[in-house]
Amino acid sequence: MLAHLPILQVVLPLMAAPLCWFLNRSKLVWMFALLVCAATSVNSILLLIEVMKSGPIIYELGGWEAPWGIEYRIDQLNAFLLLIISTIGTVVLFAAQTSIQKELDEDRHTLFYSLYLLSLTGMFGIVATGDAFNVFVFLEISSLSAYALIALGRDRRALWAAYQYLIMGTIGATFILIGIGMLYQMTGTLNMSDLATRLVDVGHTRTVFAAFAFLIVGICLKLALFPLHLWLPNAYAYAPSIVTAFLAATATKVAVYLLIRFTFTVFGISFSFTTLPLQSILMVLGLMGVFAASITAIYQQNVKHILAYSSIAQVGYMIIGYSINTSTGVMASLLHLFNHALMKGALFLALGAVMYRIGSVQLSQFQGLGRQMPLTMSAIVIGGLSLIGVPLTVGFVSKWYLLIASVEAGMWPVAVLILLGSLLTIVYIWRIVETAYFKPPLPGREAVKEAPWSFLGPIWLLVIANIYFGIDTRLSVQVAQAASQSLFGINP
Amino acid sequence: MWMLELPPFVLFLIGGLIAATTRGKLRGALMIAIPVISGLHLWTVPEGVHLQLMFLDYQLVPYRADKLSLMFGYIFHIAAFIAIIYSLHVKDTIQQVAAMLYAGSAIGAVFAGDLLTLFVFWELLAFTSVFLIWARRTPQAYSAGMRYLIMQVLSGVILLVGALFYIADTGSISFDFIGLEGIAGWLIFIAFGIKCAFPFAHTWLTDAYPEATPTGTVLLSAFTTKVAVYALARGYPGTELLIYIGAAMTCFPIFFAVIENDLRRVLAYSLINQVGFMVVGIGIGTALALNGAVSHAFNDVIFKGLLFMSMGAVLHMTGRINGSDLGGLYKTMPKTTILCIVGAASISAFPLFSGFVSKSMVMTAAIETGHDWVWLMLLFASAGVFHHAGIKIPYFAFFAHDSGIRANDPPNNMVLAMFIAACLCIGIGIYPAALYSLLPYDTGYNPYDATHVLAQTQLLLFSALAFVWLNLKGMYPPELRSTHLDVDWVYRRLVPNALQRMFAVIWRVDGEVRQAVLGKLNQGQQLLTRKSKGAGSFISSTYPSGNMVLWVAIILAAYLFMVFIG
Repeated sequence: MLAHLPILQVVLPLMAAPLCWFLNRSKLVWMFALLVCAATSVNSILLLIEVMKSGPIIYELGGWEAPWGIEYRIDQLNAFLLLIISTIGTVVLFAAQTSIQKELDEDRHTLFYSLYLLSLTGMFGIVATGDAFNVFVFLEISSLSAYALIALGRDRRALWAAYQYLIMGTIGATFILIGIGMLYQMTGTLNMSDLATRLVDVGHTRTVFAAFAFLIVGICLKLALFPLHLWLPNAYAYAPSIVTAFLAATATKVAVYLLIRFTFTVFGISFSFTTLPLQSILMVLGLMGVFAASITAIYQQNVKHILAYSSIAQVGYMIIGYSINTSTGVMASLLHLFNHALMKGALFLALGAVMYRIGSVQLSQFQGLGRQMPLTMSAIVIGGLSLIGVPLTVGFVSKWYLLIASVEAGMWPVAVLILLGSLLTIVYIWRIVETAYFKPPLPGREAVKEAPWSFLGPIWLLVIANIYFGIDTRLSVQVAQAASQSLFGINP
Repeated sequence: MWMLELPPFVLFLIGGLIAATTRGKLRGALMIAIPVISGLHLWTVPEGVHLQLMFLDYQLVPYRADKLSLMFGYIFHIAAFIAIIYSLHVKDTIQQVAAMLYAGSAIGAVFAGDLLTLFVFWELLAFTSVFLIWARRTPQAYSAGMRYLIMQVLSGVILLVGALFYIADTGSISFDFIGLEGIAGWLIFIAFGIKCAFPFAHTWLTDAYPEATPTGTVLLSAFTTKVAVYALARGYPGTELLIYIGAAMTCFPIFFAVIENDLRRVLAYSLINQVGFMVVGIGIGTALALNGAVSHAFNDVIFKGLLFMSMGAVLHMTGRINGSDLGGLYKTMPKTTILCIVGAASISAFPLFSGFVSKSMVMTAAIETGHDWVWLMLLFASAGVFHHAGIKIPYFAFFAHDSGIRANDPPNNMVLAMFIAACLCIGIGIYPAALYSLLPYDTGYNPYDATHVLAQTQLLLFSALAFVWLNLKGMYPPELRSTHLDVDWVYRRLVPNALQRMFAVIWRVDGEVRQAVLGKLNQGQQLLTRKSKGAGSFISSTYPSGNMVLWVAIILAAYLFMVFIG
């Protein structure tokens, strides 16, 4: 059993997705999906413990030896990502049943849950696999189900947003496929570690350079790096609330993982950071992303849009950490992956609760909610503080390491810019707080009740996690440190 | 000794919670109890590090008590106590909560033994105090509060960057002597300087303090700048540069204060002037000078508080605060008048009042270390203080021409708070040994020798003479309703106007370029539409997607281009 953990992580939700159709009763399906998600979280925890204890796990599918067969390879980085995705996926699903009752038609509930599980499968697969082509397959599984999930939104613009995401996602995936195809052509293998050894010989050819360029652009599209972010705000804003919370906390993280995996493991640090001025390009794009997205967020009227633009800015921070290209920088980036999942999970779920009660997340509708939905709004405040990076929240921990990394690398202008970016965060969070707490309730609206406990439970679980991991940083920092050190080949 | 490791700020945070949840008399009683209990507790706390925590890889020291921090701890407790009594009649929950949290952050900051904890309280000071300004609920107060907040947060951010560099350089986060070495030292210095209202960074103070509520200003005057003074005394004692900055701070506000009409703004300028004395003391850095700086901070909290309280009382009772609108109030507000005069005498450093026993220390230290010019500037500043704070404030508010306002003395709690402060002013002035025993160094200084007393009395008498003479001749700047330009004009008017013009030009150019490019694109699109008939609507409706794809293509092309030339 223990030996099959890597494949169970992927197969469990994959098998469960069609099974949902046999149950076909909304509540039953929900409980079943929840059970499956919880099982994958337990699975990922076991995997992480195992990996931290005894190093990378290699699992050969069907007993076929690599490089002929497909191998799953779990090291600290994968295990960390699996943990983030599965736990957030589970916590978000807790609130799903309440939320979709308001936001989806009854006959679509089963569809929703099975798509949710499929999307989860795809993400697990991308992260777990050690095979480059397999990455593409799972990428398509997760993306296609994500398009469908977004299109479920009641707002008619959801369809349009999903269509745009479809176009962009497909282009991204195609680029990735072209890149992988070129690599296969040059090396005759698809296994990642095998690719890494064989690429050394052909690393100077133009085909490999082109493959690298296609892969990087494709992945950057997926992770919504500025200026390839245009698909994201609408997709997040018009999707059903639960889908937004789920995708915001997980989808871009997987793309960041892919970027790290391909540049560090497959192509190797020396190739990735010397043949192209990748470091400076990504640094500049990351910083521009932070500022452009934060400033845009300030002017949004829809709170989901505000937070969606903020997600783009946060991706910017992750990319900054990554492009510092030191062990501390990548560690800061990985920490921010973890922490951002906690913040945005909490914030978007809280927005889901607001949507549930008042049916809108326009900023103007937030007037007076500070008194009427105190628990939900205080969750938004704490999540916002964490997003700003106030001490004692997780946001502070990752910003801190990001600053330390940039100072260590002697890039102090970057440190200053990161801090200025945080000041912009204060502005857009303050707009929400000001509207909710300091403006009188909207005239003519009935008193709004506090969100039900099925919402408040998962929201506050994430909020408390935001504070807990801001104080007790052992888990997140240790794992992120171990993962980044193994990427740089430093033995702890 | 019970609960030694409980940092004093905790009680104030609890106090904030209490203030938020209770109402009426109960709230008043509990709020008074907190500084009393916490202060008595602090009195029994010995020196030493009482609390340490591990956070990330760093050793945090949220509670370090030594003579310096204890001294500031005591005075902040006294200030909080007086200010809470003074604001007992206030029913506004936001103000009461902010007051408790603000006092707690100031106390937390002076006991912080590491830079990270200091940073946390540094920012908390900003975020809690701004509500005391906003609580006035006027548009001016809102925008002044915003400007105040931006400056304060900026100071915090600079402190954080400085701390980061400091950690990178030294590997330690403990907050001890820092000194002006390397970029870390300078950044932290600038951060402290902004909060300390160094010249050119002082505008937040004179801008925002007079806009706060009558009770809020009393609190503001006690904490923010004094925390900065403490931080400078801890991190930069003996830094030569501080002497000159401090001397400038003592002199330049005098000119603004003399012509200013808003009496609370006059006090705000005089606050900078008093902080200047402390900064000079820190800059000189000898035992006597540091003692002088610290004890002057101690006294300043009380007498500046007293003056702000008396002006707050006037504002509270009459609704006016401009010197040109007031006058003749002594007839109906006798108590306030007398208490205000006590405060004025203290700030002017009359012998037997508290200002005298501390200000003279700094000046003696300046002479002793051979800073003759600085001493002269301080002398000039002393005379100036007497003018604008010692005479102008009581004279224009309570005497001068009769404005016809017949307001009564303020509520009892306000009078009581002022009375306590006045007692402290006189008590310390008569028996300075009590204050001296708390000081960080033992210097055996005695303020009441013939030279000090004579020199100071002479100075004061001649200043008074000058005021009377100028006033009789009609040459004293009259109180006019006018706006005085300070350096904040640069960023409030000059820079925005310049930027506005610049952007207007940029937008126009941008608009023209855009139109030209769009025109070309449209032509191309029409061409495409003509070639593929009927698809026109399709192309225009998916323009955003096309836009995105365009970006993808550009980025990919850029990558490939760089690969092939590289």
